[in-house]
Amino acid sequence: MTLIGWAQIALVLTLVLAAAMPLGRYIAAVADGRVAWLRPMETLLYRLGGIDPSRGQDWKGYALAMLTANAAGFLLLFAILRLQGVLPLNPQGVPGMSSWLAFNTAVSFVTNTNWQAYSGEVAASYLAQMAGLAVQNFLSAATGIALALAVSRAFARGGLRELGSFWADLTRVTLYILLPLALVLGAAFVALGIPQTFAGPVTATTLEGAEQLIPLGPAAFQVAIKHLGTNGGGFFGVNSLHPFEGPDALVTALQIWAQAVIPFALCLTFARIVGDRRQGRALQAVMLGFVVAATAAIYAAEAAGNPAFAALGVDPAMGNMEGKDIRFGLPLVALFTATTTGASCGAVNAMLDSFTPLGGMVPLFLIQLGEVLPGGVGSGLYGMLVFALLAVFVAGLMVGRTPEYLGKKVQAREIKLAMLAVLVLPATILGFTAISVVLPQAASSIQDAGPHGLTEMLYAYTSAAGNNGSAFGGLAADTPWMNATLGIAMLLGRFGYVVPVMAIAGSLAAKPRAPEGAGTFPTHGPLFVGLLAGVILILGGLQFLPSLSLGPIAEHFALLAGKTF
Amino acid sequence: MLDTTTGAGATAGARPPMLEPALLPRAARDAFRKLNPLALLRNPVIFVTEVVSILVTLLSARSAFLGEPWAFQAWIALWLWFTVLFATFAEAVAEGRGRARAESLRKARTEARAKLLLRPDDRTIWQPRDATDLRVGDLVLVEAGDIVPSDGEVVQGIASVNEAAVTGESAPVIRESGGDRSAVTGGTLVVSDWIVMRITAAPGSTFIDRMISLVEGASRQKTPNEIALDILLAGMTIIFLIAVASVVGLASWNGAPPSVPVLAALLVTLIPTTIGGLLSAIGIAGMDRLVRFNVMATSGRAVEAAGDVDVLLLDKTGTITLGNRQAAALHPAPGVDARALAEAAILSSIADETPEGRSILAFVKERHGMAPPALPPGATVVPFAAQTRISGLDLPTGSYRKGAADSLVRAIGTEAPAALRQVVERIARAGGTPLIVAKDRHLLGAIELKDIVKPGIRERFAQLRQMGIRTVMVTGDNRLTAAAIATEAGVDDFIAEATPEDKLRYIRDAQGEGRLVAMAGDGTNDAPALAQADVGLAMQTGTQAAREAGNMVDLDSDPTKLIEVVEIGKQLLITRGALTTFSITNDVAKYFAILPAIFVAQYPDLQALNLMRLASPESAILSAVIFNALIIVALVPLALRGVRYRPAGAAALLRRNLLIYGLGGIVAPFIGIKLIDILLQILGIA
Repeated sequence: MTLIGWAQIALVLTLVLAAAMPLGRYIAAVADGRVAWLRPMETLLYRLGGIDPSRGQDWKGYALAMLTANAAGFLLLFAILRLQGVLPLNPQGVPGMSSWLAFNTAVSFVTNTNWQAYSGEVAASYLAQMAGLAVQNFLSAATGIALALAVSRAFARGGLRELGSFWADLTRVTLYILLPLALVLGAAFVALGIPQTFAGPVTATTLEGAEQLIPLGPAAFQVAIKHLGTNGGGFFGVNSLHPFEGPDALVTALQIWAQAVIPFALCLTFARIVGDRRQGRALQAVMLGFVVAATAAIYAAEAAGNPAFAALGVDPAMGNMEGKDIRFGLPLVALFTATTTGASCGAVNAMLDSFTPLGGMVPLFLIQLGEVLPGGVGSGLYGMLVFALLAVFVAGLMVGRTPEYLGKKVQAREIKLAMLAVLVLPATILGFTAISVVLPQAASSIQDAGPHGLTEMLYAYTSAAGNNGSAFGGLAADTPWMNATLGIAMLLGRFGYVVPVMAIAGSLAAKPRAPEGAGTFPTHGPLFVGLLAGVILILGGLQFLPSLSLGPIAEHFALLAGKTF
Repeated sequence: MLDTTTGAGATAGARPPMLEPALLPRAARDAFRKLNPLALLRNPVIFVTEVVSILVTLLSARSAFLGEPWAFQAWIALWLWFTVLFATFAEAVAEGRGRARAESLRKARTEARAKLLLRPDDRTIWQPRDATDLRVGDLVLVEAGDIVPSDGEVVQGIASVNEAAVTGESAPVIRESGGDRSAVTGGTLVVSDWIVMRITAAPGSTFIDRMISLVEGASRQKTPNEIALDILLAGMTIIFLIAVASVVGLASWNGAPPSVPVLAALLVTLIPTTIGGLLSAIGIAGMDRLVRFNVMATSGRAVEAAGDVDVLLLDKTGTITLGNRQAAALHPAPGVDARALAEAAILSSIADETPEGRSILAFVKERHGMAPPALPPGATVVPFAAQTRISGLDLPTGSYRKGAADSLVRAIGTEAPAALRQVVERIARAGGTPLIVAKDRHLLGAIELKDIVKPGIRERFAQLRQMGIRTVMVTGDNRLTAAAIATEAGVDDFIAEATPEDKLRYIRDAQGEGRLVAMAGDGTNDAPALAQADVGLAMQTGTQAAREAGNMVDLDSDPTKLIEVVEIGKQLLITRGALTTFSITNDVAKYFAILPAIFVAQYPDLQALNLMRLASPESAILSAVIFNALIIVALVPLALRGVRYRPAGAAALLRRNLLIYGLGGIVAPFIGIKLIDILLQILGIA
């Protein structure tokens, strides 16, 4: 690790936090309907959809509208992927996807996971990329943010029944937040060298004289929303490691900024909605703490290098550079990896499979901690609020009152729903992984033997259930079993989580908001930050330590002892 | 038998012994009786533990039968059973403590014979009738030496009643018709005079019956908070079931999975058995603490609500002040000797039997060293009259008078000097009552009577404020007087010239803002407010209406105890939270004991995770299981007593408890498991 490396990390994080402040305020204004510079277009959309934006929905109505919109999005995308071979805008002549792959991919983009069991440049037509995948990149991100806004409103006042209008939230978030940001960032990417063209692939002659087909495409704007919406699905198969998707360190730094800025900003949006700025800072502090710690862990593990390589005579001074590109350097790879897994983005700018065991365990564990650090757009905030409720419940009893979060009493119903939501991740990840490493037709997807092979499978289900979408690698994912089960894991991880969370929001909204006093549990300040971080770490650690022990931890100690599998 | 300790600090001060040895054999028997799985279904964590225990027992029996090594499995099974037993034992001990009190109450509920009046207006004609045959509305004569047959209201007569059977206080109290002291309780003893009472409770549902079922825990229902905690624990149990079950598959990837008894050990040590085993004991003990404090709550819900209270409504008289106005200063008029005033004050008060009059004598004796003389011969007493508001004494040497300033000045017909008028005004403004003393036609000075604020009450209110609780003084005094006393006592707010409607409105308003309100009351006109308040503490001496409207009854009739009730409620919640935190954080160390032990065969290098350097995998697993069982017993006293509670702000409490039970919960098992491991090595068990 070097000082200059840490300076790079600090600079990018500072830019994220600095931008999050005004952005958070702005999102709160959008949520309130106070932003109107595209009013004619907004009104037109409402008229087309037959929507009255002022008509609020209770939690059931809101959740139902969200499910309806996502189901429709899924069907449309599924149809496009199946039929892309006969649809226009297909200069490469890509055939339609198999039904398993189309199911997996459609689910993946609807759930904001963007797990890709295919390679973008050869398996998706331009139409599928733009009208299918990119549209879902916007909609799934807007869905997440809308849900976070609805959940935030539940804390704002007492005796509320309505959480807002899903349709209005979806429209406003897309129109006023995601589209403008993506346009600006996309333009910047074009300027920095990411292609944006409808032309087909170009043929090049390599130095050796061989013919090479170089795919192009309308990539720049899709890459912009890929990061802004914490989607993560690359235009090209190797994601941001591809020279056209991540040409240089500046682009990678911008991408890190883009994938972290909205999740951090939403904490401040939440604080604005509930009318207490300190609350947002506390949540941000927890997220930032984990991001910094995870970055440090990855950076340290990779900088220390691989003892097995050192034994082969590779100079350990560079650290472990296998699967990484020299144009980014270790610090930005570490920060990129920590934010992409912490923020449920799933884009990668290095091959995780080639990380040292501990370096590879950090992104895995970050996803397992619940995708709240800072988590996906929207999903990070509402996930964090579920942890806050649990933390407040256990520790809040210790101040001698029925636990309250922001004046809302946390009682049996909330705990029941929160546990239901929290159960989704371990049940899905551990259940599917345990079955898949035993089941012969599933286990045959695994490339490596020993603990590393287990990690490959564990990572896939973790990434799917956490709606992250990054791939560890070393796994043949395009098989019926993997496509089907990973698809189910993504659905459970998104909707199995969101529905109980919305029910919590509905229950909390109706409760009176008790005024704060000296006797109420303080949910800001270092004590709460430490407590919340501890709860996330202990709860996550207790669930996944056995699986991690058999995977990366076993591999790490074996490696130290000079053993490979 | 009955604990009659009362007064400030009784929560912390009067600590009954936690594990009365006499109760233990019965508790041990009950612990086995409670093993019935159907009964354990109420407690999901311990139920799962029992199912696992049965499974491991069967497996070790099978191993023994097949001639395979079985000792290790049997050891695990044994300690899994101990885990279940210790949990049921904790509950049995908690119940046992309540049962002792119930027994003594049962003795009080002797089968009394009642004198049923046949005609309401004639108390000479009555029929003997069994107490159990009385119906609501029956009129019953109770005479000296009779036991009150059931709960009721005095409709005629006055009697002194010994209520020791219920309250533990043997000094008789007066019960009379009308007013706020009309309620009588079944099982108490009339010691003098007679009363006619109307029965208000059906047989089997009297106050004493309710007390018995309450302290026995027979009608115990889980409180809202307990239910929420139960759900959390059940959820965690499911999470760990998933985590442990998945190990079977995960470990099969590269070797053989660990054996079932080992996985069972991992599961039981991970699921929150500590808090799961102690949860109901904590609840029963919390209720019991209140009972020992001589407060009867109608439900556990009320006790929990007490911990949540934000606003305390306290009556001024008897709660904040000592109740009677007392002499606090003498102010001589210009040119009058202080001793002359003191002497006149004594003479005008010798015959005054009112508490105010006696307080003047006491004050003069203390300040001026002048003891009151006997009534001089030839003296004529002028008693206090409401019309004149003057009392005094006529002696041959002169006539001494004291009375309200304006009346006395008018009666004597002189003009009060300006200085004296100012003194009188100042006293009134400060909330005191000025009395003027005169000898013949000379105004000698003023006596300042004051409501004396109870010593130490100001500090109590400061503590409450720190805890985030607002104190509101309720008084019939005018605003000026109320404001002065409020300032002196340090309450946050006051309701002056309070009518019952004012109280009710104040409570509703506070509740509308999302605050929880507690109040104490005794009169019939307090009943609506008592019912509206989230915690309504009725006085045992109060009316039946008040007692039914509140959700707690204080047998000592001390409204100040409302403060301690709040503390008991808080202590109950804190105990639950602290042990939950401890239970969950314990898991960290258990992982470090068991995980390397069960995976070391597959990956020998995982030995690096064996931070405690436990001797062998078997010893590590067994040590964790034993620690997990023993910690329940070790914490039984804490669960029964409640964690130490000091009034403090939420932030300070949280910091302290997180440090002790959070951090302590992480560290303690590292030490405990290591010690057990060493012991197992010495004993050569594993």
